[in-house]
Amino acid sequence: MTSSSSAHGVPDSTPHGVEVLGEADIARAMTRISYEIVERNKGVSDLVVLGIPTRGVFLARRLAARLAAIDPSCDPDAILGVLDVTMYRDDLRHQPPRTIGYTQPPAVGIDGKTVVLVDDVLFSGRTIRAALDAVKDLGRPQAVQLATLVDRGHRQLPIRPDYVGKNLPTSLAERVSVRLVEHDSLDGVYISGGAQ
Amino acid sequence: MKHLLSTRDLSLEQAVTILDTTARMAATQEREMKKLPTLRGRTVVNLFFEDSTRTRISFETAAKRLSADVINFSAKGSSVSKGESLKDTALTLKAMGADAVVVRHHASGAANFLAQPGLVDVPVINAGDGTHQHPTQALLDAFTIRRHLADPLNPACGGPLPPFDSGLGTDLAGRRIAIVGDVLHSRVARSNVALLATLGAQVTLVAPPTLVPVGVETWPCEVSYDFTRTLRTWQPDAVMMLRVQRERMSASGGGFFPSPAEYSRQYGLDAQRLGLLPDHAIVLHPGPMNRGLEISAQAADSDRSVIVEQVGNGVAVRMAVLYLLLASDQVAGSSSTLS
Repeated sequence: MTSSSSAHGVPDSTPHGVEVLGEADIARAMTRISYEIVERNKGVSDLVVLGIPTRGVFLARRLAARLAAIDPSCDPDAILGVLDVTMYRDDLRHQPPRTIGYTQPPAVGIDGKTVVLVDDVLFSGRTIRAALDAVKDLGRPQAVQLATLVDRGHRQLPIRPDYVGKNLPTSLAERVSVRLVEHDSLDGVYISGGAQ
Repeated sequence: MKHLLSTRDLSLEQAVTILDTTARMAATQEREMKKLPTLRGRTVVNLFFEDSTRTRISFETAAKRLSADVINFSAKGSSVSKGESLKDTALTLKAMGADAVVVRHHASGAANFLAQPGLVDVPVINAGDGTHQHPTQALLDAFTIRRHLADPLNPACGGPLPPFDSGLGTDLAGRRIAIVGDVLHSRVARSNVALLATLGAQVTLVAPPTLVPVGVETWPCEVSYDFTRTLRTWQPDAVMMLRVQRERMSASGGGFFPSPAEYSRQYGLDAQRLGLLPDHAIVLHPGPMNRGLEISAQAADSDRSVIVEQVGNGVAVRMAVLYLLLASDQVAGSSSTLS
């Protein structure tokens, strides 16, 4: 559901709603997160990045590339993985059957590594709970951290992100949509619906 | 999709969805941790009125890999041998809280009977009914064929197996598949003809005239009585051998063919016929095989043979079907849980 209402203060309002992050904002946020990851973990050795489909996968790829740029000894393809959490969700019964995605563990594995989970929007936390279960079945990491481009609040579980691109206080009636050039032909974060 | 009773009920979109889900399930079975929590708390009943160790174990494995509880009910030594009707057995299972029923029965239409509204009221999966249908077998065959034939340049012999998601999202348009053997008594052939036609493949049935059913001209396929000529001139991409029961050869078993040796000579897949196949062609068999009757040891053990792989794919297909029918309560056409 996308809102087509015109947005005040935003010259190029798109059908996705009001733009809250543009292409440059997303790029800066990802760069900052990559430095925060390096700082927190004192380097990039033993780090792997796991993207949660759909858009978390592209964000994870961008993060891996930035980590490799910070430390050239790091191979971005070897530390990058994809984690589909569909079969671990707790809401399967209440929705039409979901399409199952693919899981691709990083080439270096996850045993003993620090796993950075990457998702586009952190909301209820239920996807991350499913992801933690999915990670457990892939191996035993040393630690699991969470990076998200947008934290929109309204957590239903005791889950918090370690790295946040932007904290975006929202009402439950609003809808946050992330658009990434790899998937949607443009970069941007939009908010729609709710009272403006 | 509420039940899986016949491949004739599947639309192209539904069939491709099942094959795609199968690819995802198969990938999870390569991991060290094969069990998924998806159907935790659900109960699957395997209701087997006919001996079938392979299919039952395959369904049982699939359900357990998805964390469902499995109750195996076989007719031997059960209330059925005391004269209980299929209907009463079904109502008993419903009362025990089954969330899905997998049924194998010697009577054609048994699965459809159980799927009637008001009987068990849970998804019914046909695991073979008489000479009618065996849909999960056809789906695993189609999955195996798609995986191997998605890339036409990939030779069947040598080299690594294609990835499970090879051909993801595609059908079998234009592929040529020969189904060889006792078509008359084969639910596997019936399920395959319907499914392969839906997926856009061309099918030729190869069998002696006595083992071709009446009315086959209405099926979406061709019929040939000459195996060698079909192989040589039609150049199938896949050859599916059907199991032939030796009893059918004798006069008491119906006398469909004079002798096993003659059947084998005319319709058996031997090394010579194997040599007529194009480079990329594969050989399938639903098992259990009669080595030396419908398929020679060379053919069964050749690089083209995907017969052992079919067994593994069978678990993945059944996981996919259980997932699609059971994971969500919101199946199109089903009523709400509470009124």
